[in-house]
Amino acid sequence: MDLYEYQAKELFIRHEVPTTPGEVCTIPDEAEAVAARIGAPVVVKAQVKTGGRGKAGGVKLADDPADARAKAEAILGMDIKGHTVHRVLVAEASDIAEEYYVSFLLDRANRAFLAMASVEGGVEIEEVAANNPDALVKMRVDALDGVSPSLARDIAAAAGFPESVRGQVADILVDLWRTMVEEDATLVEVNPLVQTPDGRILALDGKVTLDENASFRHPHHETLIDRDGTDPIELRAKALDLNYVKLDGSVGIIGNGAGLVMSTLDVVSYAGEEFGGVKPANFLDIGGGASAEVMANSLDIVLGDPDVQAVFVNVFGGITACDAVANGIVQAIAMLEQRGESVTKPIVCRIDGNNAEEGRRILDEAKHDLIELVETMDDAARRVAELAAARAAGK
Amino acid sequence: MAIWLDSNSKILVQGMTGSEGTKHTRRMVASGAQVVAGVTPGKAGQEVDGIPVFNDVASAMAQTGANVSVVFVPPKFAKGAVEEAVDASIPLCVVITEGIPVHDTAQFFQYAQNAGSTRMIGPNCPGIISPGQSNAGIIPADITRPGRIGLVSKSGTLTYQMMYELRDIGFSTCVGIGGDPIIGTTHIDCLAAFQEDPETDAIVMIGEIGGDAEERAAAFIADNVTKPVVGYVAGFTAPEGKTMGHAGAIVSGSAGTAAAKQEALEAVGVKVGRTPSATARLMREIMGG
Repeated sequence: MDLYEYQAKELFIRHEVPTTPGEVCTIPDEAEAVAARIGAPVVVKAQVKTGGRGKAGGVKLADDPADARAKAEAILGMDIKGHTVHRVLVAEASDIAEEYYVSFLLDRANRAFLAMASVEGGVEIEEVAANNPDALVKMRVDALDGVSPSLARDIAAAAGFPESVRGQVADILVDLWRTMVEEDATLVEVNPLVQTPDGRILALDGKVTLDENASFRHPHHETLIDRDGTDPIELRAKALDLNYVKLDGSVGIIGNGAGLVMSTLDVVSYAGEEFGGVKPANFLDIGGGASAEVMANSLDIVLGDPDVQAVFVNVFGGITACDAVANGIVQAIAMLEQRGESVTKPIVCRIDGNNAEEGRRILDEAKHDLIELVETMDDAARRVAELAAARAAGK
Repeated sequence: MAIWLDSNSKILVQGMTGSEGTKHTRRMVASGAQVVAGVTPGKAGQEVDGIPVFNDVASAMAQTGANVSVVFVPPKFAKGAVEEAVDASIPLCVVITEGIPVHDTAQFFQYAQNAGSTRMIGPNCPGIISPGQSNAGIIPADITRPGRIGLVSKSGTLTYQMMYELRDIGFSTCVGIGGDPIIGTTHIDCLAAFQEDPETDAIVMIGEIGGDAEERAAAFIADNVTKPVVGYVAGFTAPEGKTMGHAGAIVSGSAGTAAAKQEALEAVGVKVGRTPSATARLMREIMGG
């Protein structure tokens, strides 16, 4: 889960990483009030989960509360790379003498963590890495040893931070690492980390990614979930504990196992090329050992998506029993029809593996006009793409 | 012979008295695996289908000769369970549990590395099976047969799909390495073991978007693998920045795309199939089946 800047800074404050005071606002009135409370020039910053806000005009200085209000009015509702601005952070503007960069991230390749630091902050770090790789220091962080004060000093020294601020930077690195561990983050990035003219070091921006697997030990992370930035169908699926991602095509996909579902998206896209570019409408993984109820909920979600023209249920039963999958399909249709919703979208099923014979028998016996059993995954993908294209054309 | 798991393997199940643990213990036993012990703290003296339960891994190993652990304990307790298995120096620890915080995995992986005596497979994986010999995890045994293909995959269901497609030719060992960002056994570890295994003639490698494990595997193949390898990569059409089910399956920028992985594999002579079935056909050509 990626956080907004203002959320990242809330975590920084909790872990004693120095930053500028500020508050998040959703309407210009609030921005004016916050600026008045701060009582100094402020910076009004669009809260979007994408880079390049400054260039897009989403970050503005304001001299006084009235100006903060005007700037917030201009920024709220802006579109930045497809992200609508719903909130602005109004924070005290600080004078900047130097801009630096520091981060901790999960290093998959080395199965450990990585510290990165540079005295060339304030620009996209990918640019620094590409144009001046020597200016970006990378040091391994052992998962068990973590970041000791001495490792933090080594990082600050290796990156070439001036002697006068090394101690402060090292302290901040230790606190950022604590943020990383105590909040179960997979990324903590500060860009820029600034030095003010009077020699203080502050985190002026923040990027944090949290590990959702760890939410059981962080009840407060619940409040960080982004509801207005999430597709409404995704939210509904999440409430039902389904692993769902909305995509932009017309074939609803339901399968078991992340790898098989990803593969199904590909196979449908390939098959769809023959039918004018038919593509998957979603990713939905019912997981291992899914019950009939999970299958029914999944079908309900996918059929309820107005973009969906046809559905592909692709199950290889390892732990999942194919008869449960078939029962789920039959139950879902019965449930929808009971609710008075007529099911008009064709459902192509390919089921193999554990209890597949029984599953196929259940679907055959249901004799539903819209259910079609196809033997192989590739053939089923072709058929569902064909049906989706035909239904879209018939509208 | 197979790799890491054979008919002599003696399995203990951590979390055997839980519902998942009990269910899969029965499946492992039914597929012919020797499951000799269960471990659940505080439940020593109990039995599951006649298999004795112990309080800790060390006493289970001492009394039954177990040399493989399969971990089914819930995410909250997984780190403790794995570290206990490492402390007991069990040679192979297969972590099935899904949803373990990655900081925990990073720590118990490092713990195992430091100890140096335990190979860890997973977490969030279906386990390892040497058909006809033994089965440690949740891979269904009856969808394939023994043979001479080695299989390594991040994905459980794609493992099953491939085992089923090539069931007439059969497999020496199939390893589901798991889809988490940090895993104990990698594609490269499996490729190296299959290369050394006299009972494996060819290798299927299944990857997916995210990270650069497939690219690194390609480099390893170029230098170290002489047996034929066919590959499959899932996630060509996955959008950037969205996690596709597996925590590790995410394309960020130009990194981790399926196209880059396919290109890297093909550059070192690995034939890459467009779909799982097409990949199976490529293997069939190699095995003359």
